[in-house]
Amino acid sequence: MTSTMEKTHRILIAPGLSSRNYWWDLYRCRELLWVLSWRDIKVRYKQTAIGILWSLLRPLLTMSILTLVFGYFIKLPAAGNHPYHLLVLSGILPWQFFASTTSEGSNSLLDNQNLVTKVYFPRLIIPLSTCLASLADFTVALLLLLPMMAYFDFMPSWQIVFLPVFALLLLLLSFACGAWLTALNVKYRDFRYALPFVIQIGLYLSPVGYSAGIVPAHLQSWYALNPMVGIIEGFRWCLLGNSQLNAVQLLTSAAATVLLLFCGIRYFRQTERYFADLI
Amino acid sequence: MEDYAIKVENLHKSYQVSQGRSARYSALRDVLTERARLFFSRLAARQHPFAALQQETFHALRDVSFEVKHGEVTGIIGRNGAGKSTLLKILSRITEPDRGQVVLNGRVASLLEVGTGFHPELTGRENIYLSGAILGMRRREIRQRFDDIAEFAGIERHLDKPVKRYSTGMYVRLGFAVAAHLETDILLIDEVLAVGDAEFQRKCLEKVKLLITSGKSVLLVSHNLGVINSFCDQCILLEQGSVQAVGKPEKVTASYIKSLEAGHSGSIEFKGPLGNKVNLLEVLVNHMNPLANMALVSPLSAIEIKVKLNIGNTNRLRVTLSLFCDGIRIFTTHDHPGENTTTGTILSCFLIPAKVLRPATYFMAVGGLENDGLGEWFWRQDVCSFTVLEEWAEDFEAINQGLINIQARTNRSQIHDS
Repeated sequence: MTSTMEKTHRILIAPGLSSRNYWWDLYRCRELLWVLSWRDIKVRYKQTAIGILWSLLRPLLTMSILTLVFGYFIKLPAAGNHPYHLLVLSGILPWQFFASTTSEGSNSLLDNQNLVTKVYFPRLIIPLSTCLASLADFTVALLLLLPMMAYFDFMPSWQIVFLPVFALLLLLLSFACGAWLTALNVKYRDFRYALPFVIQIGLYLSPVGYSAGIVPAHLQSWYALNPMVGIIEGFRWCLLGNSQLNAVQLLTSAAATVLLLFCGIRYFRQTERYFADLI
Repeated sequence: MEDYAIKVENLHKSYQVSQGRSARYSALRDVLTERARLFFSRLAARQHPFAALQQETFHALRDVSFEVKHGEVTGIIGRNGAGKSTLLKILSRITEPDRGQVVLNGRVASLLEVGTGFHPELTGRENIYLSGAILGMRRREIRQRFDDIAEFAGIERHLDKPVKRYSTGMYVRLGFAVAAHLETDILLIDEVLAVGDAEFQRKCLEKVKLLITSGKSVLLVSHNLGVINSFCDQCILLEQGSVQAVGKPEKVTASYIKSLEAGHSGSIEFKGPLGNKVNLLEVLVNHMNPLANMALVSPLSAIEIKVKLNIGNTNRLRVTLSLFCDGIRIFTTHDHPGENTTTGTILSCFLIPAKVLRPATYFMAVGGLENDGLGEWFWRQDVCSFTVLEEWAEDFEAINQGLINIQARTNRSQIHDS
């Protein structure tokens, strides 16, 4: 018994070795992951007057503005028999999750540099924990759908059971972008300034304020290269039910997510061991 | 089972420093333009355009090897930049070595700072859980030891206040308390013992002693040679990244002091007309050399400051000494002028009475005046500093305040109203 204990606590440090037990270390540090996410959630609203209500207010306000602009001023079709509000809301919820996870994730290593330079743990825990903290916001914001649907007297269809699948896809995509960008941010601080701009543009290049159906047919395949297109349309399909699920869009999104996840984690892992030297 | 807790073999670590500036984070634009510039200039010079960039290498550690036996305390000393922090960073796995290897036998905890991971917005209670988890404690372990930690830090009444409202002392105590309750076999400590008030330092040292007697192995980086001498079984002297000496702490610290004295003579320059006639040979604060090390002194007994100067031909020279704290000159004092001409090596001794200086860090300025202030002068600010420990507290909180402490001579009489 004691001999096995000794064995598990024997640590060998040599160049390139920290990667060998990486995923096992990551699993062992899961409690740290919960604690860091808990800290992020706790700190985020600590000094705000209305606290977690912000995560309801933000999508609500964005929904009102986008509905006003796209639904009433421009009079775009709602692509179904649901009110335009719900079309916009079902796009905003995943988009805001993506935007906040990516931007907060991309700053996560820099924000936690006091940890990175003082303690060892698998660094992937840092972007993961910001991701989980945003997930809490997202869950609260999702609850907004209930009163909104009740108000418009709208009954979601059976496809809502697929919502977790798209939520998972969204989570993976956001995490991949966050992890990749935060690793890049350690070396090149440019990304810190470029990202808010990219996210601002992304709001219009993704079907948030409108339905993907209004994009001209010959541009659809280019449009689908944005992985958020398939995910947002997937959310709409689950929640509102009456649009068609576009298989090409969906597969492109899934493929892009897997690719980004692979490249993001790979880049993160390659640069990870230099973080403490660079920050 | 091997009899060592830590075994370090041929450890190397170097950092790339590219021409003049450090190759830490950079802007993408700079990297791209630099690459492009290099590409074209090499093309013009008919060199291979993609050859590796010329970079200087800074060797933080070279060929470091040593062993720490189970239950032994090893001290590491050396000047700033000698590689002590890099070594600790490698041992605590924050950064990887370039070559060589380390074997650690047992659970490791590293205390590279006090209050690792503390978040100022969170309360003391929340930070205990946060910091504990970051240092590798399970939630169950933290819950079990929670009361011990709070009691050790002495902050039970402030547990639900955010730590940003804590005094520095409370913050440091809480930080050390969390770390001291880690369940580990090997402890890596960086300078944490040099913090907090004396009462708490004593507690920390006792705790460290307790850890040692319970069979833990400790690696301690410190500037405080006294701590090294009284606690360590073994001492390692690092110089420019390599091991200069290993052995009994008294021997190693003595050779360290000698090397410092050799390195420091004449390095401090004085201002003023007499500036080039004066050389500072040595400063001692209670027999500690503040030019080389952090000097910690107790305010309970008189503080003796000795200044050794080599002086060219001067007339009736007074050596002056000023102490500054937070940029405020606390006082200036001077010794008595010598005979008509002063020349050669002189030793001026200043004795500051006990309990006058409050706990703080004081910066020393050394100067001199000829002919009762009518002649020429020399002056040098920030020669060195020393720290007065928090060793005494007045009976009342209210009189424990002010820049310096003077107990006025008092006398009271009762006046009888008729």
